[in-house]
Amino acid sequence: MEKHNLVIVGGGPAGLAAAISAYDMGETDIIILERESKLGGILNQCIHNGFGLHTFNEELTGPEYAQRFIDEVNKRNIKYLLDTTVINITNDKHIKALSTSGLYNIEAKAIILSCGCRERPRGAINIAGSRASGIYSAGTAQKLVNIDGYMPGKEVVILGSGDIGLIMARRMIFEGAKVKAVIELMPYSSGLNRNIVQCLNDFNIPLLFSHTVIDIKGKNRVESVVIAEVDEKLNPKLETKQEIKCDTLLLSVGLLPENELARGADVNLSRITRGAIVDDNLMTNIEGIFECGNVLHVHDLVDYVCEEAKEAGIKAYEYINNKDINNYSKTEIICENGVRYTVPELIIKNNDNIPLTLKLRVGNVYKKVKLEVKCDDEIIYSRLRPVVAPGEMEKLDLKPDQVLKLRNANTIKVYLRSIEE
Amino acid sequence: MREFICINCPLGCNLKVDDSDLSNIKVTGNTCKRGEKYGIDEVLNPKRMVTSSVKVINGKENVVSVKTKEAIPKALIFESLKLLKNLVLSAPVKIGDIVIKNILDTGVDFIATRNVDKE
Ligand SMILES: Cc1cc2nc3c(=O)[nH]c(=O)nc-3n(C[C@H](O)[C@H](O)[C@H](O)COP(=O)(O)OP(=O)(O)OC[C@H]3O[C@@H](n4cnc5c(N)ncnc54)[C@H](O)[C@@H]3O)c2cc1C
Repeated sequence: MEKHNLVIVGGGPAGLAAAISAYDMGETDIIILERESKLGGILNQCIHNGFGLHTFNEELTGPEYAQRFIDEVNKRNIKYLLDTTVINITNDKHIKALSTSGLYNIEAKAIILSCGCRERPRGAINIAGSRASGIYSAGTAQKLVNIDGYMPGKEVVILGSGDIGLIMARRMIFEGAKVKAVIELMPYSSGLNRNIVQCLNDFNIPLLFSHTVIDIKGKNRVESVVIAEVDEKLNPKLETKQEIKCDTLLLSVGLLPENELARGADVNLSRITRGAIVDDNLMTNIEGIFECGNVLHVHDLVDYVCEEAKEAGIKAYEYINNKDINNYSKTEIICENGVRYTVPELIIKNNDNIPLTLKLRVGNVYKKVKLEVKCDDEIIYSRLRPVVAPGEMEKLDLKPDQVLKLRNANTIKVYLRSIEE
Repeated sequence: MREFICINCPLGCNLKVDDSDLSNIKVTGNTCKRGEKYGIDEVLNPKRMVTSSVKVINGKENVVSVKTKEAIPKALIFESLKLLKNLVLSAPVKIGDIVIKNILDTGVDFIATRNVDKE
């Protein structure tokens, strides 16, 4: 059996950033396993600009951003295998992977799972209607157009106003298609404001909030969709229905972390993020198995993905080199009043005071709130936010004295406090 | 006073632009210098980055992604895309290679954003 100190599953930005940081700490026995024939992950199909402004101070596209990291990996001669899919991981860190040249068995001291997320399939949202062709997930359409150079249709309706849906609306227009409307179930968009401006408003594409698709018509090919407004309980109001002619429906209805491998290794998963439950070393309940990037929780920005992954690389190095990073009890963070989840969920009890960042998402749009962290009876962090929304991850940067309090608390609560005017 | 959402980066700052005096436009609500420039441009001459793709032959992939090296006037987006439509490049293509020089006399080039190796 092949043995490696650190095995990284997934060669997207998270996997590459983790490999680079573990290497720079001093770990040289690293291997990255990647299912596709290219490193870079989903960035390869995100050809629009706006990546890396905060990391590189430049306006990069997805493939350019990925190449920066691929170059760094190559400079260090970090080993990777392409066209290699990990099919199983055990809780004692044995890895089975399938490649064009056969089956690999690898034993690892530490594993970083950085396998990203996949799109919610149509089944997950239950639309009635025909099974005609012309229905694609937005990500599949993105891959078809940007990697394969193939246009999926001419008259398009997009369901879901997440970023991938917004970006694809503009992309389809650029390739000569007509985008009739973007339909959003919620009264707000989960996509970034900048994308609503430059992908929809610039081209006068209507964005219909509180609407959904209730029927898809057409025998062999989609011919039209029927949409309707929804009430507060998200049930369609049938009297508002209208038919829109189109030959293509793109679904942009959210991403789900890809955690089959983690489940197989007995890693505890969060019912909210669908990623692993990790401590502030990004380690799961299985010693030596770490998670970072979109497999852990869906990020808005690749810069944040890489920051998190860098941390995972450092911690994996420390674990491999027997720094006792796991011999402590842990306190579970309780999320209340509008806060859906935090990452990490668990805080290690010790006297470390290195600055720490808590990431969180809220469950709705709230205006004029304070984001607070309470340790036992003391509020150790409080920050005013004019507006918070589910589409934007919040980052709470805790300073050394705050971290000490956090680590020594018996109960930790993170919540929103609304402030009266 | 006009309001815009800055599109330079995913932060999407809410800008307030005082355009009562066009020779002295004042921008507030921005977090960085780019935001100020965006606010002024949005009043005087709105600009956008354009990203698309171009066909490639003899390469490991069939298309290469491209971008305008800088933002170009918004009004020229569709005309600039027409220039890419019938273009065919031959591999290898490297990141940064100029695909079209001086798009519609803007002084801005379309450059490749992906490496496509020879087959
Ligand atoms: C379809 C789609 C489109 C997106 N578009 C945008 C966008 O336009 N703009 C934006 O800012 N963000 C976008 N994102 C978000 C983007 O995914 C993240 O910013 C970032 O790429 C996440 O990095 P990652 O490394 O965690 O995951 P990924 O980039 O997804 O990389 C994960 C890698 O793991 C590999 N992998 C998975 N399972 C296995 C396995 N079993 N064995 C081996 N390898 C495996 C995958 O092939 C992939 O290369 C998109 C995401 C998706 C899913």
